[in-house]
Amino acid sequence: MESYLLSTILFSPLIGGLLLLFLPGANKDLVRRAALVVSLVPFVLTLVAWFGFDAASVADGFRYQEQYTWYEAINSSFHIGVDGLSMSMVLLTTLLTPLAILASFTIEEKPRVFFFLFLALETGMLGVFMSLDLLLFFVFWEIGLVPMYFLIDQWGNKKGERELWNGMKMASRRYASFKFMVYTMAGSLGLLLAIQLLGVLSGTFDLIVLFQTWPDLNVTILGLDTSQVKAIAFWAFALAFAIKVPIWPFHTWLPDAHTEAPTAGSMILAGVLLKLGAYGFLRLVLPLYPEQAQAAAGVLALLATLAIIFGAFSAYAQDDFKRLVAYSSVNHMGFVVLGIAAAAYAAGTESATIALNGAVLQMFNHGISAAGMFFLVGVIYDRTHTRDLNEMGGLFPLVPVYGGLLILTSMASLGLPGLNGFVSEFLVVRGAWPIFTLFTALSMLGLLFTGAYVLKGVAKTLHGPLNEVWKGKLTDINRRELLVMAPLVLLMLWLGFWPAWLLDIINQAVVAFFG
Amino acid sequence: MFGSITSEMILAILPEISLLLLIAIVFIADLVLPTKRRSLLASITSAGLALTILITVLYARPNGSSQLLWGGMLNHDWLAFVSKLIFLTTALFVTFFAANWKGIWQKGEFYVLLLTSTMGMTLVSSASDLIMLFLAIEMVSIPLYLLAGFLVDDDRSTEAGFKYLLFGAMTTAVMLYGFSLLFGFSGHTGFAEIGAAIGAGQIPTLALAGTSILILVGFGFKVSMAPLHFWAPDVYEGSPTPITTFLSTASKAAGFVALVRIMIAVFPAVQAEWTSFVAIAAALTMTIGNLIALSQTNIKRLLAYSSIAHAGYALLGVAAASVLGVTSVIYYFLAYVATNLAAFGVIMIASQTLKSDEIADYAGLSRRSPTLALFMLIAFLSLAGVPPLGGFIAKVLVFAAAVQADMIWLAVVGVLNAIIGIYYYLIVLKVVYLYDSDKKDQPIPSTRLQKGALIVSVLLIIFLGTFFAPWYDLALNGAAGLF
Amino acid sequence: MDLPILSIIVFLPIVSGFALLLFPSERRDLIYRFALAVAFICFVLSIAVYIGFDIEGARFQFIEKYDWLPDLGISYHVGVDGISTPLVLLTGIVIFTGVIISQRIDDRPREFFAFLFILASGVFGVFVALDLFGLFFFYEIAVFPMYLLIALWGWKETREYAAMKLTLYLFIGSVVALVGALAMYFEAGIGSFDMLALEQINFSLGFQQLWFPFVYLGFAVLGGIFPFHNWSPDGHVAAPTAVSMFHAGVLMKLGAFAALRVGILLMPEGAAYHFPWIIALTLVNVVYGAFIAMNQTDLKYMIGFSSVSHMGLVALGFATLTYDGFVGASLQMVSHGVMTALFFAVVGMIYDQSHTRQIPELGGLMKVMPFAGVAFIIGGLVSMGMPGFSGFIAEFPIFMGAWASYPLVAILAVVSIVITAAYVLRAVGGVFFGDIPENIKDHMHDITASEKLALSILAVVLVGVGVLPGVMVPMVESGVAWMSALLGGL
Repeated sequence: MESYLLSTILFSPLIGGLLLLFLPGANKDLVRRAALVVSLVPFVLTLVAWFGFDAASVADGFRYQEQYTWYEAINSSFHIGVDGLSMSMVLLTTLLTPLAILASFTIEEKPRVFFFLFLALETGMLGVFMSLDLLLFFVFWEIGLVPMYFLIDQWGNKKGERELWNGMKMASRRYASFKFMVYTMAGSLGLLLAIQLLGVLSGTFDLIVLFQTWPDLNVTILGLDTSQVKAIAFWAFALAFAIKVPIWPFHTWLPDAHTEAPTAGSMILAGVLLKLGAYGFLRLVLPLYPEQAQAAAGVLALLATLAIIFGAFSAYAQDDFKRLVAYSSVNHMGFVVLGIAAAAYAAGTESATIALNGAVLQMFNHGISAAGMFFLVGVIYDRTHTRDLNEMGGLFPLVPVYGGLLILTSMASLGLPGLNGFVSEFLVVRGAWPIFTLFTALSMLGLLFTGAYVLKGVAKTLHGPLNEVWKGKLTDINRRELLVMAPLVLLMLWLGFWPAWLLDIINQAVVAFFG
Repeated sequence: MFGSITSEMILAILPEISLLLLIAIVFIADLVLPTKRRSLLASITSAGLALTILITVLYARPNGSSQLLWGGMLNHDWLAFVSKLIFLTTALFVTFFAANWKGIWQKGEFYVLLLTSTMGMTLVSSASDLIMLFLAIEMVSIPLYLLAGFLVDDDRSTEAGFKYLLFGAMTTAVMLYGFSLLFGFSGHTGFAEIGAAIGAGQIPTLALAGTSILILVGFGFKVSMAPLHFWAPDVYEGSPTPITTFLSTASKAAGFVALVRIMIAVFPAVQAEWTSFVAIAAALTMTIGNLIALSQTNIKRLLAYSSIAHAGYALLGVAAASVLGVTSVIYYFLAYVATNLAAFGVIMIASQTLKSDEIADYAGLSRRSPTLALFMLIAFLSLAGVPPLGGFIAKVLVFAAAVQADMIWLAVVGVLNAIIGIYYYLIVLKVVYLYDSDKKDQPIPSTRLQKGALIVSVLLIIFLGTFFAPWYDLALNGAAGLF
Repeated sequence: MDLPILSIIVFLPIVSGFALLLFPSERRDLIYRFALAVAFICFVLSIAVYIGFDIEGARFQFIEKYDWLPDLGISYHVGVDGISTPLVLLTGIVIFTGVIISQRIDDRPREFFAFLFILASGVFGVFVALDLFGLFFFYEIAVFPMYLLIALWGWKETREYAAMKLTLYLFIGSVVALVGALAMYFEAGIGSFDMLALEQINFSLGFQQLWFPFVYLGFAVLGGIFPFHNWSPDGHVAAPTAVSMFHAGVLMKLGAFAALRVGILLMPEGAAYHFPWIIALTLVNVVYGAFIAMNQTDLKYMIGFSSVSHMGLVALGFATLTYDGFVGASLQMVSHGVMTALFFAVVGMIYDQSHTRQIPELGGLMKVMPFAGVAFIIGGLVSMGMPGFSGFIAEFPIFMGAWASYPLVAILAVVSIVITAAYVLRAVGGVFFGDIPENIKDHMHDITASEKLALSILAVVLVGVGVLPGVMVPMVESGVAWMSALLGGL
């Protein structure tokens, strides 16, 4: 069982999704339940892998490895495996997908296609996390774009119009999906070129081999010497991932995409897709380009700090609840990048280890809390059909349970001690302080404003005078929605009080990383 | 000289004897037959020609290499044999297509003149003596002058005949002058002797070159080589179409055979000079023919310019003056004659019903008679040089001959001209297939013989384009005999 | 195998085409069924050749050789190697799906299928020809039917102009190449047109430097190389659907293939000498073609210029003279061939119903013809080089080859990927999503079952090669390995 575990986890969503397409489309309940069941399969298997993690055999730091021939002509194989870092991300993905599917039970249009795309997306994301072959990584990276494009374009927010170019007007969701696709693909171009370069020069795409050989390889092309070539390749990789994370100033696709996407789409987008970028940094950029990363760490830290501060400011300025949460993602991912930058700069030190642990944990935590926040925004939107904060107000008495959950999730997002956000942000700050003192200090400012916008969002929704329009029209959170939130809330609390179960596994990877 | 007439000599001129007898029979029949039965004339001529072809194939084949017979007057070789067959077959086809042609087909003079000209052609193809050649050429031409102007009520026909006569007479005079110079310089009239005399260095080069040019002028007229091509469009257009067919195929072929024979047998010493002249003339001929064809609206005129262009292509082979060169010329004529017979055949059948020779009137032909349109398609594509038809192989061979003779520029000119050619052939096909006419339900009648002749020529075109080895061997044998 | 399978594949169409002309023209359904049966047989036979090809075996397989004109060294010599076998399969697929798509031709279908089959024979013949003369013979047979097919059954606005332009361009290219080929024949001095023999001849460097451009550019015209690509977009637009499928899907590959077989393999040093500037031309194809495609509002023009861009990638791959480049270019010929056939098939289905190809005038068609929409999206993803589809499998090695020889070219060419994504997405969104415009709403209905079958066949190849490159890459690799050995290493 161990030998095929990962590929089963990887492909079961896609295959299940294809089977879904054959169900009768009229019976929407059947389709929804089937989709939920399909998505639970990889989750259960992931738990199996999780519990067997320490016992599983290790080779070059990765467990559950599988390798098959795929595109032999160019020395690329189907090679997958996990370490602590990727295992945590796999868990996040397989956990959030069923929740997102459960959240999408209200989708009425073409549910079969919707769920198929969702499950295909899951396979794409899992593939990125599991890949131990650079070409395979790229393949899954790109594959993940297509389902998300259609999810936003077809099931996204119907209202609104934007102009693309030459006076060509289109629906906002089309604009957002198009921008998302083209922006990310443009970023991937550099990545593609750099991957080809690595493949051509090293004669293989296998990551394990590349980790050992590439840093020492002397490469000259077009008259440039080794350090220059590697610097260019580094920036190519870094740019692609920077767009995905997103790192300020490459974040402009995110507010549109998050806002126009359907609720479940935003949950996955913020919950997992952004982590792909950070994962790329950790898995590829830092090990392959240690010197270049160290040299660029300062810039990275600066940009991270700006993301934290500006993200917070932008979130504060929003009237659209969803857009506020979108900017909060920019803000939170800034902490991830700060931790990565610190780790790149002072690789091997204890602070760096702490910072990196914090960064990875923050990836997980933000995944949980962002998914939760987007879901809750979706809940209130389903009832009020508006996301405008000014039109809400004083809803607490009408929807008390919802209100409680909103406050709890917001606090987790804020970093209240006792909830998961605190642990990861603390670790990042603790680790980064000795390394990038000034930036860390400035990011505290951002943290201040995080509190501001979170409280603004909560206050404008729940507190204050009740907007008469809503009286008698709102129902409280229902059972299905509670079911979605429950695991998230559980994790927020659990990781807040006792994060060791996750941190241990992450730490293994981090330590091996610097080892 | 007339020491002993061997059976070989008789067999060699069996076609001519047969033709002579046929002429006599037709003459008598013309005098004797009542008006209602005059259609028999066509049948008699066709039957006679068919018989002649049969006789030629069975008895008049040369065995082995060439032989000079009748005192050095005639050369009995494969070249002559193949050429005779071409001429006889062409005459037969023309007789078929002239059926029901007003003003021609019931006139005995028509058949007599046709047969006389054919006989002249067969003699031209085997002539190996200056006097013989001259007589034979005149024997070909004078009936043709008359035939071109045969329709005395039609102004265009009369003009054509007259123009042809004037041009022809003038160039024949030039040619005769060349012949007489040749005789004067060498003291002989037989090609072989003249060739030997030149080879022994008896004649100054400049004189030789000049003489060769004069002779080229004479033949150039016959084959419509530029700049002596002016007569062709008017004569082709004005003549009754069966005669146009005959002119553009057999007459031209005869001219080429004689040209090739005399230039290669007599003037190898100045080969460099006359081949350059021919090369330039070929380039001019092709280009002029193709360019002017572009603007034609009359199909006969278009085909006239097209045949000028094709003469140019064939001249490529002549300019190469090698075994491959002559082989390609012969092959070119096999393909070209078959193609032109098919093309003109369609036109002759169609014009009887359409009562017009304008290209625009052929609109919708594909719907009125799909078979006829298909034959026209095959013929025109062969003219354009498209596989799997004979025209393609023929063009490849002449281009190959040019390349082999290191005249790459000429091959390139040829190739570019082929493109221009494709343009106007396709335009005609476009009119036939794409455009519509309101008469589309009226069929176009043709006799069984005509249909049969068309099918044979179309099949020939296809064979010459696909299973071409036997034809190539035939041409090669013909060429080899000259070197 | 004793059955002369290649000859059957080559001659069955043209013989059937002539046979078709003898059918009575009113019996339309009989004509269509006959044409479908013939196309199906060709399809099955091409699959048989593909499966029967032994990757470990000789370089050329299914060989047949007969004398044709021994005096000049011309023989009827056919065979397939690892690169031409997928191309034969491609042709089989396109002829079969093309005939299915043409079921609605109502004006003189007899002549239509006859000319289409003549075209198919010519194409098959070029791919399997191992005699230089034979290659030209079939090459020209593949060109002239295009004139009639486009002029008679094409789009009324531009068909006469486009047909003439296409025919003249292609003929010019082929005769220029012919002159070059004749020069090679005489220079080699072995009195044979057999390409296998000619491959062994070492032509002098001066000869190759002079003649390589003739041969290469002459053939590359059919491959759509800049600046001789002008015939292609107009030809694509004016042609009826099945002819566009053939044109972009197969015919353009003839040019690239012949340029490889006759140009690169017979005059490798000439190739190496001239490729630096030729690569610049291919780069223009790739990038410029993509930009122009982005500017189009007519779907067919967009796809036409997209073909110019993608064929540029093929030429680029071969021009790098690297192992990876060759593998990628060979794969791209098949991948792009199937993809563009699919595109034109769908566009044809849309045009038949709506009588417009302008993207602004269409919309919302996914609701009416979802099958076609999904197929079009698959084609679009292949076009973008999206991993998981054959386009990625083909384009990736091309870029790797470019890196190894001209890194700057690789960087510049990659830009086309984003442009392609932009115009493909715009087309997909504009045509299939949104609302159906009022004026076409009542004409639109779903496609027939046989049309769905055709699209499925095409889509399966695109996805299959993308997910399991092992079904095609090893075969292509074996062909390239032989070429590498011939050229002394790539």
